[in-house]
Amino acid sequence: MVQEGLQRALSQSFMAQTSGQAGGTTDDLPRGPVAETRDLNVWYDDFQALRDISLQVPGHRITAIIGPSGCGKSTLIRCFNRMNDLIAGFRSTGDVIFQGQDIYGKGIDPVEVRRRIGMVFQKPNPFPKSIYENVAFGPRINGYVGHLHEIVERALRQAALWDEVKDNLRKSALTLSGGQQQRLCIARALAIEPEVILMDEPCSALDPAATLKIEDLMRELAREYAIVIVTHNMQQAARVADSTAVMMMAEDRAGELIEYGPTKEVFTNPKEQRTEDYITGRFG
Amino acid sequence: MRAPEASFRRRLFARKVTAMGFAVLCLLGTSVGIVALALLLIDVTQEGIGRVGWDFINSFPSRRPEDAGIKAALWGTIWMISITAAFAIPIGVGAAIYLEEYAPRNWMTRVIQTNISNLAGVPSIVYGMLGLTLFVRAMELDRSVLAGSLTLALLVLPIVIVASQEALRAVPNSIREAAYAVGASRWQVVSRQVVPVALPGILTGIILALSRAIGETAPLIMIGALLFVPFTPSGPLDRFTVLPIQIFNWSSRPQPEFQENAAAGIIVLMVVLLSMNAVAIFLRNRFQSGPQV
Repeated sequence: MVQEGLQRALSQSFMAQTSGQAGGTTDDLPRGPVAETRDLNVWYDDFQALRDISLQVPGHRITAIIGPSGCGKSTLIRCFNRMNDLIAGFRSTGDVIFQGQDIYGKGIDPVEVRRRIGMVFQKPNPFPKSIYENVAFGPRINGYVGHLHEIVERALRQAALWDEVKDNLRKSALTLSGGQQQRLCIARALAIEPEVILMDEPCSALDPAATLKIEDLMRELAREYAIVIVTHNMQQAARVADSTAVMMMAEDRAGELIEYGPTKEVFTNPKEQRTEDYITGRFG
Repeated sequence: MRAPEASFRRRLFARKVTAMGFAVLCLLGTSVGIVALALLLIDVTQEGIGRVGWDFINSFPSRRPEDAGIKAALWGTIWMISITAAFAIPIGVGAAIYLEEYAPRNWMTRVIQTNISNLAGVPSIVYGMLGLTLFVRAMELDRSVLAGSLTLALLVLPIVIVASQEALRAVPNSIREAAYAVGASRWQVVSRQVVPVALPGILTGIILALSRAIGETAPLIMIGALLFVPFTPSGPLDRFTVLPIQIFNWSSRPQPEFQENAAAGIIVLMVVLLSMNAVAIFLRNRFQSGPQV
């Protein structure tokens, strides 16, 4: 029964994708991986958080990472922009390749990596400044040339927030609703023109209406960007993602990638029994 | 299972009485503080307000109480607090930023941290002894404004550091992450996002510290600030006195006219202190002005 529901959700989402006013599908765009991990292992001090993760993130697609709590989804997504560097005791082996380069390699500046790979967090975290300043911060510190106003407007338009805030750009970002704040955070990430956008459970703090808005937005953005999303919500993965990765905790609590493929296949015809157990709600 | 109606009513009444009782207790506590302070202020004002005037502010001390003024002490205090601030604020805030945002968490920083917290509790006379040995004698600054200011800067440094650290610690980590995620360097994260958010707290710490410094007497007597000064300091290496010492001096004399002078001195000291606080509050509001919720 659950599977049936999921299939319905899937076909609906595919219909939405093909019939949306956005015009055309994302299928005619290149599919090559823009980022990938190769045999990635991560430790926090002595605790191994990830084991042997090899995952390819295709361009112009949405890749979802799902799995039960504590299986290392967030750790994995934070490897793509080296946010884990900020955590004491973090250590990794293996490669994270972005545009043919190992971003954990020698001489790679994490600041440069983060400029090209944007991130949206679980809880909306706008700076306690004006809406305008929130979006302008990234371009400004990265020394963008050109009109800041235009960059800000474009990012806000892309994040489908412009019409709601255009008359109040000087107002504090904290006066916005939760859903608006999260779209502002997406605009902030877009303003530095990244190539990949990482979203770590972007809707977990939002109500269903705001969630739907963000999901529509993600599909829109996937025309230009590669998106990786971590989500607890399997329906969400089924609705938005082109491909889905399923992670599980091993005996020693290290996270492992147990299945990765096109979303439709993962949900309707999983190769692994554990995946089926998880998505049908028997576990996790 | 629901409690019977009657016993619920009884209990509800008891709960309300308890709540009311506690509120009254809190109000009493607050009133004791405010009333005591108000009485003190009224008493001092009644005694001294008659003496406060331009002549009082603009005269040097004198053996005749009606001619005596606080010019030397007021200027000494202004000199001293300015130099103290010039040393204590950058060093204190810098140390706090380093400890919170840069330093690795290891045994060394823990030792430093513990020591700073302990230093905040060291009696001020001990700092006076340190100042006498280090600044007055070893560095041969003599009994100058500079030596006194450095001593007071040491005295208030722990207050500045601890308060600034707390303000920085209160900045949610999500703000740091957000800034890093758009490609900010550590310096940009700290200077553009973290410190601005922490600034009101840091300023509050600075106000507290400088208010403490402006009222200190013991360490300055220890390093040999003068009791009778018929001149204003013209540079940081001049000898000096400050308002609290002048007040202490007058209040220890038997003549009632000098007691009046002491009260007047207290009024002036308080006005200086309050205007310092006002400036700090003004600055704090200015820095906050951007994004008000």
